[in-house]
Amino acid sequence: MNNFLDNLPTLPLAPWVESAMDWLTSNFSAFFGTIQKSGKLLMSQVTDLLIGIPAIILILLIVILAFFATGKKFGLATFSLLGLLFIYNQGLWTQLMETTTLVLFSSIISIVIGIPLGILMSKSSIAESIIKPLLDFMQTMPGFVYLIPAVAFFGIGIVPGVFASVIFALPPTVRMTNLGIRQVPKELVEAADSYGSTASQKLFKVEIPLAKSTIMAGINQTVMLSLSMVVIASMIGAPGLGREVLTALQRTQVGNGFVAGLGLVIFAIIIDRLTQSFNKKKVQ
Amino acid sequence: MEKIKVEHVSKVFGKQIPQALELVKQQKSKTDILKKTGATVGVYNASFSVNEGEIFVIMGLSGSGKSTLIRLLNRLIEPTSGNILIDGENISKMSKDALKTVRRNKMSMVFQNFGLFPHRTLLQNTEYGLEIRGVSKEERKAKAEQALENAGLLAYKDQYPNQLSGGMQQRVGLARALANDPEILLMDEAFSALDPLIRKEMQDELLDLQQTLKKTIIFITHDLNEALRIGDRIAIMKDGTIIQIGTGEEILTNPANDYVRTFVEDVDRSKVLTAENAMVRPVYVNVDLDGPTVALKRMREETVSLLMAVDKNRRLKGFITADDALLAAKKHEQTVHSIVQPEILTVPPDMLLQDILGMIHNSPTPIAVVKDERLLGVLIRGVVIEALSTYSEEAESHE
Ligand SMILES: Nc1ncnc2c1ncn2[C@@H]1O[C@H](COP(=O)(O)OP(=O)(O)OP(=O)(O)O)[C@@H](O)[C@H]1O
Ligand SMILES: [Mg+2]
Repeated sequence: MNNFLDNLPTLPLAPWVESAMDWLTSNFSAFFGTIQKSGKLLMSQVTDLLIGIPAIILILLIVILAFFATGKKFGLATFSLLGLLFIYNQGLWTQLMETTTLVLFSSIISIVIGIPLGILMSKSSIAESIIKPLLDFMQTMPGFVYLIPAVAFFGIGIVPGVFASVIFALPPTVRMTNLGIRQVPKELVEAADSYGSTASQKLFKVEIPLAKSTIMAGINQTVMLSLSMVVIASMIGAPGLGREVLTALQRTQVGNGFVAGLGLVIFAIIIDRLTQSFNKKKVQ
Repeated sequence: MEKIKVEHVSKVFGKQIPQALELVKQQKSKTDILKKTGATVGVYNASFSVNEGEIFVIMGLSGSGKSTLIRLLNRLIEPTSGNILIDGENISKMSKDALKTVRRNKMSMVFQNFGLFPHRTLLQNTEYGLEIRGVSKEERKAKAEQALENAGLLAYKDQYPNQLSGGMQQRVGLARALANDPEILLMDEAFSALDPLIRKEMQDELLDLQQTLKKTIIFITHDLNEALRIGDRIAIMKDGTIIQIGTGEEILTNPANDYVRTFVEDVDRSKVLTAENAMVRPVYVNVDLDGPTVALKRMREETVSLLMAVDKNRRLKGFITADDALLAAKKHEQTVHSIVQPEILTVPPDMLLQDILGMIHNSPTPIAVVKDERLLGVLIRGVVIEALSTYSEEAESHE
């Protein structure tokens, strides 16, 4: 029996994928090249802009934002102040700004792709049955794997980092948008229809407003997932706090690694609480 | 004039639709069809027409297809077969655009759970129909405010639906429908979620409105009293088929079949009160124990001039009057045996109040409610009449 199994020829899946990748890279190299160049330019401009703002002003702005976003409470504001000062103090400010750019771009791209995709899924059961397994696949595949096509398409740097993060972070926004819209009570959908709404009137006046808090929860998860890709993306040359962690890891500098990691955690907490508080405010 | 005409309309949910329709023709039951084909018959071969300005009530038990039928009229549900004509136009064959126009201009729907948008204020809710039609901001605001004013809710226009009671929310639901100035109102159990008193109020309001507006109204309910109160004509549905259409009078006096008869009788029977529901606590003496002095004292305490007389097992022996007790007391009698009058009217606790009403008129004494010879309570004329009159009001607005 074992013999029989051993005698079966190996299914050449790996070569297939490889040749598909080759085909893509050789045929679309100009396209990928353009994206790589313009993306890099745009992102480095944003990073420069962020670095150009005096750190103390940016910190104060974030603290004020945190204060008002959490309903004039001091908790998050105090935490942001201390946390950001700590990061600055450790000489990680530039890296923090680079990480911000990375997270910002991958989140925005995920949202821009994810929400329409989620809407499509909610409207068409066929689309849902196709997209759902893809999302499962995207989420269960380890984040590292996305580095391979990212490098193949875009070389190394921040652009492939964003590409890999988008693939990894996209699913929650898509899922939650789909869920939010499907959860709108039937009677309200009927009410919208019975007054003669067009599909887009129904979507923008009824469904999206009612699904908003669910969609926002999805966006929050997407942002957090793209943040979690920061360290992984640094393996292919994405700059930022992640690179500090990686370098420390390679050189077994426990102290540096801890400090950079702590910086990431602080950043993650601030972002998480901020996006959540926006959601709460909108629900009211 | 005929406003809505429904011709042989059927709706089957699920797959295997032709097989299901075939089985319906063979008069198989809904559950049989579901078992054999997996399809559910929502509505089968419904035909009726509704005149302009008429309130047409569709009535039936839960699951009989009322909601499905009303949703076929504005095609929220696509019919499996048959034609639906509104002002002679065939809704079931219409293009999407034409259908949208009809929905925008001709008919509005009111929902059982109000169907208000929770993220919009009352004013924005009321404006909805006008807004999607592209009516200018000022005009739709004016119209919506007028509609809210008519509903007596203008003061609340900037509140959100969840800040209002059910009755108020449904007034907004109705105002939203009327702001559109539709010719047809579709109301699916619009008042069923409201408590009885509010419900009756809303029925009155609807009838008042109808006096001036003269809309064509399709109204769904599973409550016969509501149907009789507001319907010009009533259709009764069972398992997806319409089994009788007529005025309330026709349906009550001439039920088409046993199903309608039990439906009508059930509701009638529930309207009726028994002796038990109206009796009051009896004031009595124990003939084995109490003497005339005790009896007099008790009468004074309870301010009655008449006591029931029972033995130690609370078996009814009759009654005694104040005059007799006074005489006996003067004679220093030790017991009340000699003054108990046995001639008293008794009724069982489940006897209908309506039947008791005649007896109580002619009876000089209260009527005793007795079960197994034991005294349960007494019926006093005033209380009985009051019970009957308040109950019949309640019954009208009760489910
Ligand atoms: N979308 C649907 N898919 C499958 N079956 C359905 C669907 N909608 C309704 N039905 C079935 O059609 C039948 C009629 O339902 P309908 O909602 O019209 O009843 P109803 O008379 O309005 O009942 P109720 O008084 O409970 O509101 C029921 O057997 C129901 O299960
Ligand atoms: Mg219903």
